[in-house]
Amino acid sequence: MTLSKRLSKCLVVAAVPLILALFVVSVFASAEPSAVPAAAPGSQAQSVTAPGPQTPAVAAPGSQTPAAASSVSKIPWWAWSIILLVFTFILGILAVLGGVGGGVLYVPLVGGFFPFHIDFVRGAGLIVALSGALAAGPGLLKRNLASLRLAIPVALIASAAAIVGAMIGLALPAKLVNILLGATIIGIVIIMATAKKSDFPNVPKADALSQSLGIMGIYREESLGKDVEWNVHRTFPALLLFIVIGVMAGMFGLGAGWANVPVLNLLMGAPLKISVATSKFLLSITDTSAAWIYLNAGAVLPMIVIPSVIGIMLGSIVGVKILARTKPKAIKWMVIVLLLFAGLRALLKGLEIWK
Amino acid sequence: MAEGKRTQASEEQVAYAKVLNVVMFLGLAIMIVTFIIYLSGILPAFMPPQDVPKYWGMKSSNFIHTFHAPTGWAWVAMTNKGDYLNFVGIAILAGLTALCYLVILPILIRKKDTAYVVIAIMEVLVLALAASGILKTGGH
Repeated sequence: MTLSKRLSKCLVVAAVPLILALFVVSVFASAEPSAVPAAAPGSQAQSVTAPGPQTPAVAAPGSQTPAAASSVSKIPWWAWSIILLVFTFILGILAVLGGVGGGVLYVPLVGGFFPFHIDFVRGAGLIVALSGALAAGPGLLKRNLASLRLAIPVALIASAAAIVGAMIGLALPAKLVNILLGATIIGIVIIMATAKKSDFPNVPKADALSQSLGIMGIYREESLGKDVEWNVHRTFPALLLFIVIGVMAGMFGLGAGWANVPVLNLLMGAPLKISVATSKFLLSITDTSAAWIYLNAGAVLPMIVIPSVIGIMLGSIVGVKILARTKPKAIKWMVIVLLLFAGLRALLKGLEIWK
Repeated sequence: MAEGKRTQASEEQVAYAKVLNVVMFLGLAIMIVTFIIYLSGILPAFMPPQDVPKYWGMKSSNFIHTFHAPTGWAWVAMTNKGDYLNFVGIAILAGLTALCYLVILPILIRKKDTAYVVIAIMEVLVLALAASGILKTGGH
């Protein structure tokens, strides 16, 4: 009891430096986003680079575009990896305790307060969400909490839609992406704050589609000490909603657990545990297709992706251990406030009110 | 015994989990090792890590255009560069789902689970299309 109180206090205390760190990073990095795009226009820079078969290699980036070179960060290059690692480590802990995926926190916060272009943030966000889902997948599948039978048809719809979303997202200007992202995050906050969840929704009769696909299962509910049989209904409207979810996941580089769980749980009627686990596993498929689009479009920078993936995964491991000893309700509200803050930041950044 | 069996994961689900578990750790390990190689400068880089902060505020399409950075699968030919070597681990993670589907396909075929065979094949095709690089995105 005392330990859980202490842990909760530690986490609340940890969140304060996290928010302060966001401000510090955004202040120190403020030279970059304004200067670099000005130097970036392709045609101008090309004439300096004198492209040729070999040119792009080492010579190109280091020695060109004086305007870009003048916008050297006040933070040394190596420190960025460390900052990102520490930041995403804390994010990983908060994500687990707040019951959200890493991607939904990562994209608005890193996009809003770090000097990276939103394209690279979304590319990294998808790989962060993908890595987390891949890491969680084997355990969830083996324990029969994530249902392959439920995930496979849904994943086909969501992953195809995520490709479309990624292509739209990469074609849109950054300002518009930020506005839409901000609005989406605020919508997610409303869903998180208001949506009710049902441990064992009532499914009077499985619908014809789910019956023909054999979407049903049995799992061991340890809290009740008995086996729970489940099936689903309203499969067709749910599949339609997964088109929207997939497009949004691809467009914003968000993991889509915030939307998957309500649809699986409240609409289709899958038990909450099955919904949460299947949603997590589902991300590994949905985000894969969108991640390829970002990867192929060159919107993936290892300097951003790798420290983020390592940080989130280490944070998630620590978060799971803390989760067993603490009451996550207060943390969940803190995450909601953090998300609201990040959503407003993205919206105001897109509207050029808070640059 | 029979009660326990009822709650067990299906054969294809266990097979999927096993492949996922092994290859996921392989991909993550490769990501970490290749990132250390990149930061340490053991291999020459297309863009050295100290230069990346100057340009990571650019839109990705401008970045590609300005530096003639590779798109699609062109990075494979550049894995002798420290930064593009990192893409090996990322590609393993991104390709893992398709591999898992290919592993469970024979099980689904053996079980004569026609609907899921068709859906699984379609999923592999969707992922292959996404990975192919055929789908081009417009820059802005």
